[in-house]
Amino acid sequence: MKKIFAFLTMAVLCLGLSAQNAKLASINIKDVDGKVVNTSTFNNGDKPYIVCFWATWCHPCLEELSAMAELYEDWQKETGVKIYAVSLDDTRTKGKVKPLVNSMEWEYEVFIDENSDFRRAMGVNNPPHTFIVGADGSILWQHAGYAEGDEENTIKKYIELSK
Amino acid sequence: MKKIFLTLIATFAVAICANAQGIIGGKVTGNFQTDMQISKEDSVIGAQKLEDKMRINSFANILYTNGDFSAGFRYEGYLNPILGFDAQYQGAGIPYRFASYKKDFLEVTVGNYYEQFGSGLIFRSYEERNLGLDNAMDGVRIVAKPLGGLVIKGVVGKQRYYWDDIWQTDNGLVRGLDADLALNDIIPGFEASEYRLTLGGSFISVYEKANSVFTTIDNEQYRLNIPENIGAGAFRANFGYKNFNLGAEYAQKGQDPNAVNNYIYRKGNAFLLTAGYSVKGFAVRFEGKRIDNMSFKSKRTATGNMLNVNYLPAITRQHSYSLMSMYSYATQVNGEMGFQADVMYKIPKNTLLGGKYGTDVKLNYSYITSLDKEAIDNYALNQMGTEGYTSSFFKFGDEIYFSELNLEVNKKFSKDYKMNFMYSYQTFNPIAFGHEGNPFIYANIFVVDGTYRFSSHQSIKGEIQWLLTEQDYDEFAKGDWLQFGAEYNLNGRWFFAASDQWNYGTQEGEKVHYYNFSLGCTYNTTRVSLSYGKQRQGILCIGGVCREVPASNGLFMTITSSF
Repeated sequence: MKKIFAFLTMAVLCLGLSAQNAKLASINIKDVDGKVVNTSTFNNGDKPYIVCFWATWCHPCLEELSAMAELYEDWQKETGVKIYAVSLDDTRTKGKVKPLVNSMEWEYEVFIDENSDFRRAMGVNNPPHTFIVGADGSILWQHAGYAEGDEENTIKKYIELSK
Repeated sequence: MKKIFLTLIATFAVAICANAQGIIGGKVTGNFQTDMQISKEDSVIGAQKLEDKMRINSFANILYTNGDFSAGFRYEGYLNPILGFDAQYQGAGIPYRFASYKKDFLEVTVGNYYEQFGSGLIFRSYEERNLGLDNAMDGVRIVAKPLGGLVIKGVVGKQRYYWDDIWQTDNGLVRGLDADLALNDIIPGFEASEYRLTLGGSFISVYEKANSVFTTIDNEQYRLNIPENIGAGAFRANFGYKNFNLGAEYAQKGQDPNAVNNYIYRKGNAFLLTAGYSVKGFAVRFEGKRIDNMSFKSKRTATGNMLNVNYLPAITRQHSYSLMSMYSYATQVNGEMGFQADVMYKIPKNTLLGGKYGTDVKLNYSYITSLDKEAIDNYALNQMGTEGYTSSFFKFGDEIYFSELNLEVNKKFSKDYKMNFMYSYQTFNPIAFGHEGNPFIYANIFVVDGTYRFSSHQSIKGEIQWLLTEQDYDEFAKGDWLQFGAEYNLNGRWFFAASDQWNYGTQEGEKVHYYNFSLGCTYNTTRVSLSYGKQRQGILCIGGVCREVPASNGLFMTITSSF
């Protein structure tokens, strides 16, 4: 076991020599109607976009997405931002995703990562977790958790990274 | 097996290291979490003395990605496992490692992987780290997308069991096949249709050598004829038209006498139905479920949360407020029937009740009962070695397992000030905690919380939770509770919180305070939080699966980070 670990660590160090920005993982998730969609199709033309991990049972996530929903229309006009909201709801609660999104009048692109495959590939510990992803798919910035007012930092970062 | 895997990884690694392009293009990402606990003895709340003083759980995922190739591992250390984790976790090592590549229409994964077929009624391999639940597969998975709209998956392997070298055990071998068909993408001309239809089907087979099991019926001893191959199949369909959608999945399992169902030979089945209608600002949803003898494990003598081949969701509201989730429901795999309905509405902006920002109102009702079970002639109900019982498909059982009426209102009053209100009435049968035959618990629960932002970088939160119940017995029904909490947030980076859970309504007149202070810091993806206080003994439930957490009194620290 120790040998395996030592070997893997070395392998990772060896492979990690060129630490550039990591890329958005290419994983199969589902849209709200149950159709399989690959995350490599995420894009916003030549501009960066935002990926938010959330869940219907996660209180701070709902606060974050609600706060951004009010500003989203203005943000889109001013900066051209696009937000992908990836829900971590599993079989138990995934059926609530579409009704919740509609009733809250959210305009995000919403997807469901039912068995946390995308979450694992992106190294997300717990929702909420927000990424800003460049037009070429590279991860430019990420942030875990939500505190009141964080949405303003996120859009500031977005504007900064869009330049 | 380890050797084989090591060779495999080495081959991949060498191939990549040798390839200059690989070195340049490769990316390493990962995440880390450690939980540290120091608990001292407290006879009032029942916290035990820890002989080893300190407990630490840690894990790190390291993932290497290079174009269509990826490989990774997870290191876990339970030194020693924090309270509530199974003692069998004690130790450290690499229980999870894999390599995967995509080529043409194939994706191949060797080593460990997680996978789910449909809703998971016959197969779901997943992890719930905070419950110490992990049934990762070790073996091979192939995902094929031969044409747009069609996804075929094949899996083979064995499931993780704590630190056991599973290839040295007799645990069952799991084999499975799944197909998912999005008809709109396959039938020409239907891509943009208002009708959407997806279909799916799956099959799972578990092979486990027979062991000797005996039973006595009418003073005669019988040896059970144990099936070595257990098969299960499921079919699902999802239909959508404009704002309406309807989904269903039906699963059936062959004869599977096991320790959870008392070695009966009845075939199992499960049915899930969901229907919804939603437009901007308004949604209704209905969900129905029937579970009949669907415990499905890769070891027939196993009980508990490990080695589950399938996943049976609890269709009740999942709560995040602690007093709302004190009496949390867990799926009864041997049989239950139930439904849940939701209505969600946003009272429009600029109306009397909607105010400037609109008001969100959510209503949820759930109702779960036992399964209607009739004994088979001449045998006791659920008699070992028999078909067990008969059941009428559409009939609810006599015993209520859980019901809840829940109303939530979220209201933003101004740019800086918002509040949430929640009321819940819960009827709880302690069978969900594994304590069958105890009196029901009826609880009224109220929550009010508010957030006030008093500058662009400071905010304060207050919270009151109140649980009222007449029931006061044993470990889990302890009368009335009142909880106060406050949290101060600075710059989105620092927080300080204090709370007190006050158990005041017990018959013996004892009043116990469970106070807690916590301090935390977030910087990008790194979070450190430190808390000091008392934690009540209780049951932690996530996704309808529950684990007992013993009482503790002391320090708890968590560090999480991602890179």
